[in-house]
Amino acid sequence: MNLDLVVEYLPRFVEGLGVTLWLVSTSLVAGFALSVPLALARIYELPVASQLSQAYSYVIRGTPLLVQVYLLYFGVAQFEAVRNSWAWVVLEDPVTCLIAGFALNTAAYIAEILRGAVRAVPEGEIEAARAFGMSEAQVARRIVLPNAWRRSIPPLSNEAIFLTHASVIASVLAVTDILGVGRELNGTYYVVLEGFLTAAAFYAVIIGLLTVASGALERKYAAFLR
Amino acid sequence: MTPEVLAFMPLVLDGAILTIQLSLVSAALAVAFGALGAAARLGGGAMSSAVGAAYVGVVRAVPDLVLMLLVFFGGQLLVNAVAENVAFVDRFQIPKFAAGAFTFGLIFGSYMTETFRAAYLSIPKGQIEAAKSLGLGTRQWLRLVVWPQLVPLALPSFTNNYLVLMKTTALVSIIGLQDVTYTALQAGRTTREPFAFLVVAMLVYLAFTIVCDGGLRVLERRYRVARAA
Repeated sequence: MNLDLVVEYLPRFVEGLGVTLWLVSTSLVAGFALSVPLALARIYELPVASQLSQAYSYVIRGTPLLVQVYLLYFGVAQFEAVRNSWAWVVLEDPVTCLIAGFALNTAAYIAEILRGAVRAVPEGEIEAARAFGMSEAQVARRIVLPNAWRRSIPPLSNEAIFLTHASVIASVLAVTDILGVGRELNGTYYVVLEGFLTAAAFYAVIIGLLTVASGALERKYAAFLR
Repeated sequence: MTPEVLAFMPLVLDGAILTIQLSLVSAALAVAFGALGAAARLGGGAMSSAVGAAYVGVVRAVPDLVLMLLVFFGGQLLVNAVAENVAFVDRFQIPKFAAGAFTFGLIFGSYMTETFRAAYLSIPKGQIEAAKSLGLGTRQWLRLVVWPQLVPLALPSFTNNYLVLMKTTALVSIIGLQDVTYTALQAGRTTREPFAFLVVAMLVYLAFTIVCDGGLRVLERRYRVARAA
């Protein structure tokens, strides 16, 4: 293994790290925003919207992220109408297209997490709040949301870790995230371990830090679940 | 659909068959790795337990595609090095199918390790102690006491792992194995109809998910009934 090459490319790997973190953080925020209406539709069992939300979840969770990204990047772009619309601003560029794909994907998983967390709030607490004369809005704000929010912290941090893993797909669209730099080394110098092992080490450090951070969050906010 | 699109469908369906084969072989390997991993973690020795824990830890920390590229390209380096230094070994190309199956087996083996370990740990200890005190040998108490309870306890988590594995196999298209993702993408490029073919690929995965989900649920129900009876 040629360590000089690894050292020479370290700044590039750090740039790649920036790209990976940008992809993951923006798509988590956007995915969370998308997931709230999806979850609400199912929690309140709104007719039609609830079924649509469920179908969306099933399709997204039943198909690979890679194919979803291909469909968005190559498939949807095939249509003239899309290329002439506002959506083209997002889909034209691989980075924003990836963020859109990741967000659409993670939204389905986050919606399931939120729905599960709300369902897990003990019925007795809700009944007690109603017996105290709280309105439905008050019950939601004072009882259900704080409890469900804390319950969703462990699975949400898990989802952040999963999305970090999944973000390596970016290199397939020639975006130079961490793995993208590793693949560039592979393509330019025909070396294997230098690029891929360095990338693996970068990911291991991110995942390690995320795991530690989520453990700390859990101890602080979700201690009552233990 | 245009006739041109229809003409490429058999190619995509060939890819679908390859996806099924790959997911089954990978799952078999994952069960083997998982059984080894669980045995290492439960076996008692500090050394083997640490090796089992390290295996699970490393696989969790490194993304699937990075592992696959390491196995595929790194494995080739290894083969070349061996072929150069050992007289009777000839250089050969690592088959993409084998590289994929090995990688997915390795990755999901770590999940299966946790599945089997958790299932084993939920069997009451007293039962195993009772079996041992009756004089049953290791193979006997494993087969008669542990196995019949392990299967229903592990099945829900196993199902989940298998469904995720099946979707993960799409990554082999990146190293050029002609699974359903690869063939759909290629057919889309050739015909300039990527949307239609990629939707077909989505439907193929969705159909697999529905069938496996349903099938494994039937199994779960059967085992639950058997337990209750």
